[in-house]
Amino acid sequence: MPYIAKIKVTLRQSILDVQGKAVDHALKNLGYRSVESARIGKYIEVTINETERAEAERIGNEISLKLLSNPVMENYSLELEQVK
Amino acid sequence: MSDITVGVVVFPGSNCDHDTEHAVASFPGIKPVMLWHNDHDLQGVKAIILPGGFSYGDYLRAGSIARFSPVMKEVIEFAGKGFPVLGICNGFQVLLESGLLEGALSRNRDKKFLCCKTCIRAVNGSTIFTSLYPEDEVLSIPIAHGEGNYFAPPEVIESLEEHDQIVFKYTDAEGKITEEANPNGSLKNIAGIVNRQGNVLGLMPHPERASEKLLGSLDGRGLFESLFLHITEV
Repeated sequence: MPYIAKIKVTLRQSILDVQGKAVDHALKNLGYRSVESARIGKYIEVTINETERAEAERIGNEISLKLLSNPVMENYSLELEQVK
Repeated sequence: MSDITVGVVVFPGSNCDHDTEHAVASFPGIKPVMLWHNDHDLQGVKAIILPGGFSYGDYLRAGSIARFSPVMKEVIEFAGKGFPVLGICNGFQVLLESGLLEGALSRNRDKKFLCCKTCIRAVNGSTIFTSLYPEDEVLSIPIAHGEGNYFAPPEVIESLEEHDQIVFKYTDAEGKITEEANPNGSLKNIAGIVNRQGNVLGLMPHPERASEKLLGSLDGRGLFESLFLHITEV
């Protein structure tokens, strides 16, 4: 059965996240005083038609580095789930 | 003598391609050739320009999908052979994504899409793109971008400085490189850089929008003129 690669891409801490900052301000304006910060990233689901988990993982990592994230300014995390 | 041809790549979503074509065509002896992103044939052009716009709708990240367009394989080989490649705005983003230039462009510091005049200076006047610009001349060239905040790790910035690869910097009207004159938060006020070999330049300002009197500035012409002078001589 194929795998779904669940990939989260986030800006590195050293990169100013202007969208996150705007959301952070809005939350504070709404009165959520305990909100400390907000950061915005991307969530991408890719269905990979491989039966071997290791191969699906290899492809998931490769596409994350090659296209889905820009390693100069972003980090990614990969989670694999087998389609039932 | 037949005209020398210069390619202007058209990605789906490019929107400065015809402005660039128009600017290129205004130089005698130079003829623009439009190169569709799906083509592999560079048609014998002597230089290539990646124009501004929103290739592939800026989906995922600006320039990230255009970088894998079929024509880019040829553009990368072309650059590898030493031919000149110029990326303007979105074209600069594509060059960074493709690895022809180092670093990345993130969102503007103040969250805004900026469409305004800026002052820049060719801080390195010895490239094939800037040979006609005196280094102290303040150029008025507009910007129009949401993601022009140049970033690179410290070791890359150090290496760019060491090899004189920072070509354009944002300045004030007097030509001083100040934080106030930095429109988008770019490190070191960087507006444009060149690769180590000196044949690939990317910049955020739009020289094609400052290439005729009616547009309010002629300051962008020097860049095209320097480049065309170079390819005419080679």
